[in-house]
Amino acid sequence: MSVWRLGFAYLCDRWLNSVLLLLLLALGIATITLLLLFDGAMRERLARDARGIDLVVGAKGSPLQLLLSAVYHLDVPTGNIPAETATRLAAHPMVSKVIPLALGDSLAGFRIVGTDHGYAKHYGAVLAEGRLWNSELEAVLGADVARATGLGPGDSFIGSHGLTPGGPAHSQAPYRVVGVLSPSASVLDRLVLTAVQSIWEVHDHHETVGKRENIPREITALLVAYRTPLAAVRLPREINVETAMQAASPALEMARLLNLVGAALRTLRGFGVLLIVTAGLGIFVALTTALRERRQDIAILRSLGASRMRVLCLMLSEALSLSAAGGVAGLALGHIAAETLAGLMPEARAMGLTGTVARPDELYLMAFAIGIGALAALLPALTAYRTEVAATLSSG
Amino acid sequence: MPDSPIIALRDLRFEIGGRTILSLAAWQLPRGKHALVLGPSGVGKTTLLHLLAALLRPTSGALAVAGADLCTLKPAACDRWRGAKVGIVFQRLHLISAVSVLDNLRLARSLAGRSTDEGHLWSLLAGLGLSDVAHRRPRELSFGEAQRVAIARAAANRPELLLADEPTAALDDANTERVADMLAAQAETSGASLVVATHDKRLIRRFEERLELTAVAS
Repeated sequence: MSVWRLGFAYLCDRWLNSVLLLLLLALGIATITLLLLFDGAMRERLARDARGIDLVVGAKGSPLQLLLSAVYHLDVPTGNIPAETATRLAAHPMVSKVIPLALGDSLAGFRIVGTDHGYAKHYGAVLAEGRLWNSELEAVLGADVARATGLGPGDSFIGSHGLTPGGPAHSQAPYRVVGVLSPSASVLDRLVLTAVQSIWEVHDHHETVGKRENIPREITALLVAYRTPLAAVRLPREINVETAMQAASPALEMARLLNLVGAALRTLRGFGVLLIVTAGLGIFVALTTALRERRQDIAILRSLGASRMRVLCLMLSEALSLSAAGGVAGLALGHIAAETLAGLMPEARAMGLTGTVARPDELYLMAFAIGIGALAALLPALTAYRTEVAATLSSG
Repeated sequence: MPDSPIIALRDLRFEIGGRTILSLAAWQLPRGKHALVLGPSGVGKTTLLHLLAALLRPTSGALAVAGADLCTLKPAACDRWRGAKVGIVFQRLHLISAVSVLDNLRLARSLAGRSTDEGHLWSLLAGLGLSDVAHRRPRELSFGEAQRVAIARAAANRPELLLADEPTAALDDANTERVADMLAAQAETSGASLVVATHDKRLIRRFEERLELTAVAS
């Protein structure tokens, strides 16, 4: 019967009280854990999807919207730009790589992106089955798309107009699946890749057949990689001032976005901290009350040979077991919540939210929980430490 | 020091806030002998027991118990000494209600820094007729059972000195005899000296050593 077991016995003796405090603490920890997981996953996903892209060129509008639509495929495009800009920009001496993107259609809510093989190569895509597209109306599915639709090489599908499900179908021009990509934990997982020409082909059918030569070829955006850091100074201004297009820097816009989202996350985190502090106060009140009922017990422990330190440890052990258990339960709860959210909300999954990875910050969170428990127990523990044994035993 | 007395005190004085609570000129109890501390309520019997158990420190005088000088022993050493050498049966029993009867005994062993020694604890419980209630909580016990648990706990560490504060105050004649027998038996088993503080005259004939306390003239 160690001091720890006795502390545990006291907790069990007031189990309802203990469970409520544990729950309060666990909820606070879980809230912050969920935020940590979300924040971490989002930052990683945002950084990974934008890696190697120095500039996004598209139609004039909000630069953040351009970035969200062209890099993360989360927003609607700002408009279209002439297709020949791709060739012009690729010839620019400061540019090392240009990837064209043509958007407009979707398959079951997943976007169909007309592009070249450079796009798949940029994210290091690996084929799980089949091959990449070689001609018009051949399509390669991202891992999530293949799983959600059940389509595979050899199957055909009809794209629907617009980026949300339920748009008018392009039934005249069905796509043929020629390959499926392995999961890459990048934006490719949720895309259908095809040639830029496919998009034109589909929309020529959709619009006026027979006037193909008159239609100016358009694409939605260009992803650009610089050849030299100097380009960061010159190229965006060149495009923004001298052309009807706009150029947005992912690094700059992402910092702006994280700033916006960060404020909301900080507010929620404050709420979690509030819950934890409340739990700490609860532990303080519970121990102080318990101490009043337990003065006799403490005196008797002393009379049985327990030192003052031992009694101090007893009070601390109670608070520490409670806060450690609350911390562990909170972390578990946070991970379960993250996994559940990712399963229920496609948006959360798209952000890369998962409960299966742990973040290093969770260790600090655990330390914080235990620290709060220790702090809450300090005053009651010191009171217990100073108990006058003889006086307590002969008094009530 | 097997031949030195278990208790030796001289010019012992204990004060609280300048008021003398207890004053004793000299008293010795040989090892293995049992003694009765007699006197009316409020005369300082409990205070003397607390002094003997090093729960209180004498204001002045000399007090040696079970080989330790209780006037100079450091507080932490007092706690260790008490756990190892002294078993106390309190008037109000003071069992830990959050844990079982057996765990109350285990706690006594562990707080004294001893191994649990389940065999010893179970034979102690059996000897006091408590085997059936070993896993019960103290609040589920009758007063008689709880008192026997308190005696078992005091004896759990095979103390050299067994102290009992008014053990028979609330008991009828038959039970008074039984409790006195039990205390004596436990003291014999562990080779301890038994000191009982009481105002109960029924116990007088059982003890050859007696210490009468009288009110301090102040």
